[in-house]
Amino acid sequence: MTADASAAAAATPGALARARRRASAARFWAAYRKQRAGVVGLIALLVIALVAIFAPLLVGSDVDNVTDAPGKALEDPSAEFPFGTDQFGRSVLGLVVYGSRISLTVGLLSAFLCVAIGTVVGIVAGHFGGWFSTVLMRVTDWFLVMPALVLAIVLATVMSRSVTTIIIAIGVTAWPTTARLVRAQTLAIEARPYIERAKALGAGHLHITTRHVLPNVMPLVLAQTTLAISTSILTEATLAFLGLGDPQVVSWGGMLQDAREAGAVSSGHWAYLVPPGLAIAAVALAFTLAGRALETVLNPKLGVAK
Amino acid sequence: MSATATATTAPATAAAKERRPGAARAYLAYLGGKLAGAAVSLFAVLVTSFFLFRIIPGDPVKSMTQGRAVSEDQLAALREQFGLDLPLWQQFTDYCTKAVTGDFGTSYQFHAPVSELIWEKVPNTLLLTGVAVVLYTMLGLWLGTRAAWRHGGLGDRLNTGVALTLWSVPGFWLGLLLIIVFSVGIGPIPGLFPTGGMEEGGKEGFAYIADVAHHMVLPVLTLVAVGYAQTLLVMRSSLLDEMGSDYLTTARAKGLRDDLVRRRHAVPNALLPTVTLIFVNLGHVAAGSILVETVFSWPGVGSLFYQALSVPDLPLVQGLFVVFAGAMILMNVLADILYPLLDPRVGR
Repeated sequence: MTADASAAAAATPGALARARRRASAARFWAAYRKQRAGVVGLIALLVIALVAIFAPLLVGSDVDNVTDAPGKALEDPSAEFPFGTDQFGRSVLGLVVYGSRISLTVGLLSAFLCVAIGTVVGIVAGHFGGWFSTVLMRVTDWFLVMPALVLAIVLATVMSRSVTTIIIAIGVTAWPTTARLVRAQTLAIEARPYIERAKALGAGHLHITTRHVLPNVMPLVLAQTTLAISTSILTEATLAFLGLGDPQVVSWGGMLQDAREAGAVSSGHWAYLVPPGLAIAAVALAFTLAGRALETVLNPKLGVAK
Repeated sequence: MSATATATTAPATAAAKERRPGAARAYLAYLGGKLAGAAVSLFAVLVTSFFLFRIIPGDPVKSMTQGRAVSEDQLAALREQFGLDLPLWQQFTDYCTKAVTGDFGTSYQFHAPVSELIWEKVPNTLLLTGVAVVLYTMLGLWLGTRAAWRHGGLGDRLNTGVALTLWSVPGFWLGLLLIIVFSVGIGPIPGLFPTGGMEEGGKEGFAYIADVAHHMVLPVLTLVAVGYAQTLLVMRSSLLDEMGSDYLTTARAKGLRDDLVRRRHAVPNALLPTVTLIFVNLGHVAAGSILVETVFSWPGVGSLFYQALSVPDLPLVQGLFVVFAGAMILMNVLADILYPLLDPRVGR
């Protein structure tokens, strides 16, 4: 280990930086591994991601075909259909497996969108200061006060029904928390002496924000993204349940809406209702656990409190 | 006894006033700032709702008549009726002056004034979600305190784990499951509670109250199960922050029992951050009930919103959007007003 380090030290600056990054990644992993709930969440996420990627291999590629469904309407669970069938005679298991794709896609993309907006707003507001920053934070506070779900519902109502609409509706309503966190972190970083050194050496705004501030806020942003994904997945399910999703796409929230409309609730047909909801809860919980573990590892002060 | 009490407190307050002559004025300035901010926020809500519903859908008249055969003349008449043939700025000023007086136009599907439709439903929503917020706040504070006081223990881990799991569960799904289990009945369990609605009808006095309470059990249970986690987590971490404080060591050193240290010293201080959360939750009351009200067909503003969405009944959606956002702003202002009174370190 020490031999490695000294060998790296003797090498080029690039190799030195790589070795340092490797060491910090190893340190991070060692700390993360101690968070038992976080490891459980991570494993669950890997399994769910694999299921989503290999969905056609697991349950066949035409499970969402309405016209040529294999079973009768609303069958009870059997060997052929472990969770029974929906009102079109499609296998509920197959639909749940396929639903993971849209849930993860929307969750990841809208979380990415909202964290990207939040990071840019936060860094700009923290870096530039002055009246511009004040106005920006006013806007952020305003969005923070807005009921995000209602705003997302309204956006999804006035735009056309599509997956893109859902992603945008969630992304543009959920960013303010990230913006506040990133701004606070930016202010803390810019107070450090090495930023002054960079300025003295003639670094411009772009250099300071992208080369010094951004790498330092990234860990925080990563933890924030993980938590945002679980909120996004819940919001997506909610919007789909309200009938605002893309009717062409199989999603968990949409399945629950179909089940309700097909009378699965009043007839007590639980096999149709339980799996999609459990899937939503499992994915959201897995992301929450992983996000909290990340937060604990990356923020030592919080770690003491936990 | 009471005479001595007033005698000791009166000079104390006088001394406090003497020490901080500018305190009241500082608080008023703080109050003014917060109220002005709320007014600006409310105006921004009006602007947003105006442009969201008028710019994005392209032609409101087209979306209003979606799927129906209408002639050009009819379209023109509709445009005139809703004032859509006027210049945009004039529409905007009209809209603002009307909105200030509580006029949000006429609903497409109920053919009644939007504000009347909303006001009718507000008490029902306040009843349902008010009860739920009170219950889950108390539950969250109690469990959060217990979890933090014995943190790291089995009870803490179990508590936090259950809360996080319930938090990840979509509320509407939990509601549907509760209906299946407790209303429709599953296996040996008979249907204990009604599947939805607020009353059977035809009942008066105490029987009516009992009937409404009977209808409220499942929706309140759903709201509490999904909602208490946040209060629990905030209370837990804010109590954990207080736990290392010196004043707790002092309290123990003077011989107070553990229970008293917690109840009289630690919890009151840890409660401060949760006060804001309680108000924010109250602000979410209307918006948060959309799904639960829909699932349980509770006749409140939430299910009204759902009915408006499925058409879509744009004036009604717009009016409800303003109401939901206004409730949030109002509650935030209330929290801002109360907080400095509870915690003197803030707002001075």
